[in-house]
Amino acid sequence: MTTAETPAATGTLRQQVLVLYLSTSALDSGTVGWARYDGTGATTPTTGDGDEPPYPDGVAALRDGWRLIQAAQLIPPYPGHEYDVSFLKHEFLFEKLVRV
Amino acid sequence: MSDRPAPEHLLTSVQMARFVAHGFVRLDAVVPEELNADAVDVLSAGIPAVPYGTPVAEAFAPGSLPARLIGVPAVAGALHSLVGPAPHVDHHAVHVREPGEGSAQPLHGDAIIDVRPDAFDVQLMYYPREVTLRAGGTLIVPGSHLRRTNESDTGRYQNLRGQHRLTCPAGTVVILHHGLWHGGRRNEGTERRYMFKIRFNPVVRQRLLWNTADLDDPAVAEELRVQFPWYEQATGRLEFHNRVRLWRALTGEDDFDLDHWVTRVSNRPERLPADA
Repeated sequence: MTTAETPAATGTLRQQVLVLYLSTSALDSGTVGWARYDGTGATTPTTGDGDEPPYPDGVAALRDGWRLIQAAQLIPPYPGHEYDVSFLKHEFLFEKLVRV
Repeated sequence: MSDRPAPEHLLTSVQMARFVAHGFVRLDAVVPEELNADAVDVLSAGIPAVPYGTPVAEAFAPGSLPARLIGVPAVAGALHSLVGPAPHVDHHAVHVREPGEGSAQPLHGDAIIDVRPDAFDVQLMYYPREVTLRAGGTLIVPGSHLRRTNESDTGRYQNLRGQHRLTCPAGTVVILHHGLWHGGRRNEGTERRYMFKIRFNPVVRQRLLWNTADLDDPAVAEELRVQFPWYEQATGRLEFHNRVRLWRALTGEDDFDLDHWVTRVSNRPERLPADA
């Protein structure tokens, strides 16, 4: 988490983070999983707190003002492990800076 | 548990296929009310630990709550179907969640990463009281048991589409494959939530231990074909591949397949063409 102390005239900024897991590596593919973290302290998201994703896909989050700050790399499977399943591959991290 | 349960209490092949796809079996309200009534006091007092790997007959005294629980015909039948006769008790634990208690557990698999392709442990979870959504029952992610991840490395995944936020009537038992992602949710209700867990290690090969009368039922393949909403498009296909391999291990049917998923990618003919 990072915070930014800005001049008194503009107040203090805090970061909110949204993590979306999408169905493919395309940002406009459907949301299959999500997580939220709130640096303002106004909300306390946690595991298993909802069944409906906050956005149907990644682009919907952009349209609502979230800024994409990281997308998962596309990494080929290790030889011999092509059929293994493990973590979700298509992870996108977004942020909003909120004045508190 | 060493005696083979009656066939009507064993899981069917269709139910086993559902376990292979979902990673758990759910037995709603199968535990009698008198046992549920005793359970809260017994669990509150605590159940003595047993050494890891204790044979089940030595782990729990006759008449004790755990012995009565695993003697319930539907529970005994499901356990026999999954891990066979006389399994060992890996460990057991009483989980109590106080109202308003802290945050949820991170999504996790128990123990450590465990990628055995032809054997598995099961974890029995018993809920002696009704679990409501506000009481924060166990979060279960169907179809996550074949993912190769280690314990709580999945903690960043707060919610996945199609997850089960378990609610159930009193006396419900859920039996999980050891790899299934799960976690205790925050209890936002007004009452304590109780859950008793026992992990079992098989001591026999886990092959055809269930009621196999319906082994050739087309519904078996239909159960194995289920897709879950949280699967990514491409990885969801790998799940089919891996389920086929597990079903082959459990049945010994080395040519079983779903829609050619395994056959196609393992086809390496050695026969020479006739005109060579």
